[in-house]
Amino acid sequence: MNSDSDTTALRVEALSRTVMGAKLLDGVSFAVRRGEVWAIVGPSGAGKSSLLRLLVRLDEPSAGTVYLDGVDYRELPPRELRRRVGLVAQHAALFPGTVAENVRFGPRHRGVELSTERVEKLLAGVGLSGFRHRNVANLSGGEAQRVGLARTLANEPEILLLDEPTSALDETSREDVEALIRSIIRENELTCLIVTHDVAQARRTADHALLLRQGRVAEKGPIEGVLGAHPAVR
Amino acid sequence: MLTRLFDNELLLGAAQAAVALALALLVILLARREQVHLERDLTGALLRGLVQIVAVGSIFLLLLQAPVWITGFVLMGMVAAAAAIARRRVNGIPGVFAVSLYGIAFGSGLVILPMTLLGVIETQVTALIPVGSMIIASSMNTCALALERFRADVETHAAQIEAGLALGAAPAETVTPYVRSAVTASLIPHLNTLRSLGIVWIPGIMAGMILSGADPVYAAVYQFVVIAMIFAAGGLTALASMILVRGRVFGASEQLLIRQGS
Repeated sequence: MNSDSDTTALRVEALSRTVMGAKLLDGVSFAVRRGEVWAIVGPSGAGKSSLLRLLVRLDEPSAGTVYLDGVDYRELPPRELRRRVGLVAQHAALFPGTVAENVRFGPRHRGVELSTERVEKLLAGVGLSGFRHRNVANLSGGEAQRVGLARTLANEPEILLLDEPTSALDETSREDVEALIRSIIRENELTCLIVTHDVAQARRTADHALLLRQGRVAEKGPIEGVLGAHPAVR
Repeated sequence: MLTRLFDNELLLGAAQAAVALALALLVILLARREQVHLERDLTGALLRGLVQIVAVGSIFLLLLQAPVWITGFVLMGMVAAAAAIARRRVNGIPGVFAVSLYGIAFGSGLVILPMTLLGVIETQVTALIPVGSMIIASSMNTCALALERFRADVETHAAQIEAGLALGAAPAETVTPYVRSAVTASLIPHLNTLRSLGIVWIPGIMAGMILSGADPVYAAVYQFVVIAMIFAAGGLTALASMILVRGRVFGASEQLLIRQGS
């Protein structure tokens, strides 16, 4: 194994998905090294969210595969894959109940009960200290998205996938959540893929970019190179 | 009056049917006067109903001469037909016919068989088929209601189910709340039946038994027995079909297969 493969956290190879004759993704290939933050950008319908769903196998690829730490992800049990690759969706889709119950959900399903201290620490990490007993029905959009983030981080994923994490929020919450995401990525040295249609957000958050158009890779590499060559990615 | 005119039971039945049909025709004429055109729908439904029920009566005539074990096959045929009908009402769930078939067979079988062995249902064609058919028909409705509610809930809560999957939960665990609500919802009609028994309606078996001269108290008790059996079969059917179906909405790699509009 050479040093390049040692540092590659995720390698996507010729990934395709076709649904009823429509190609959502067509031969997408790229590699992400440990600690890199990639922005997945492109116009609506380019296949950005489809790509994230395939990376956690919420959908099945029609062709191609993904290597996680050099292992074909089809060889991994889906639950292990989804613990190691955490997905935060555009809408938090919290489970009815308290904030703490949501944060404990992932670890509980693999037999780990998080202590109150750990839950508090995770909530403090997303700026929600003291929210443990709150009912999720009473949270604002921004607070719900933070709980969604804490819930995913509770699984201690190796790779974090963020699907338009701020697009459903109002402007103030958007800025706060984006700043929070940046600090979490930096402090935890996370490998991260963030889908965004906001070029400025991509620049502020990521160091690499993957530009998708009609399900295909139009450009990939260091962010300034990609966004500089394609300033209008919408 | 008709009983005095006809000695032969078949002729009496035909005359009674003619009078009942005349009543229905009167309704059609009255509706026509009010510009409500029921003639095509109602005439078709009446004729179809008459043919079906006379056919069932004729089959009964044959079955009465047949050995009791034949009823086993008849009831199995009813279960298969019930599964096919329940399946038609529920779209989008893979393998839903098998789920309905096994669910209805389990629920109704687990009630009919022991109740027959215990003597609650008499081992005669005239008891086994009508009571069995009521239990199977009710299981069919419960099964369809449970499956439909489950499918609708899964579609509505697809985002939460996928959030659970994405956090590493087992597929069956992500749909547990919807399994519970489907079972509860499918049993509501049975609970309403039990609550309103004797107050809002006097059900068919009791009415039939009283008409044929049975003791009204015994008829009432037996009616309760039948409704309790129907409830038990419905509950077992709902539970079995939910246990069977909850894994079928997921693919081999634990992906949710049904979503809104699928």
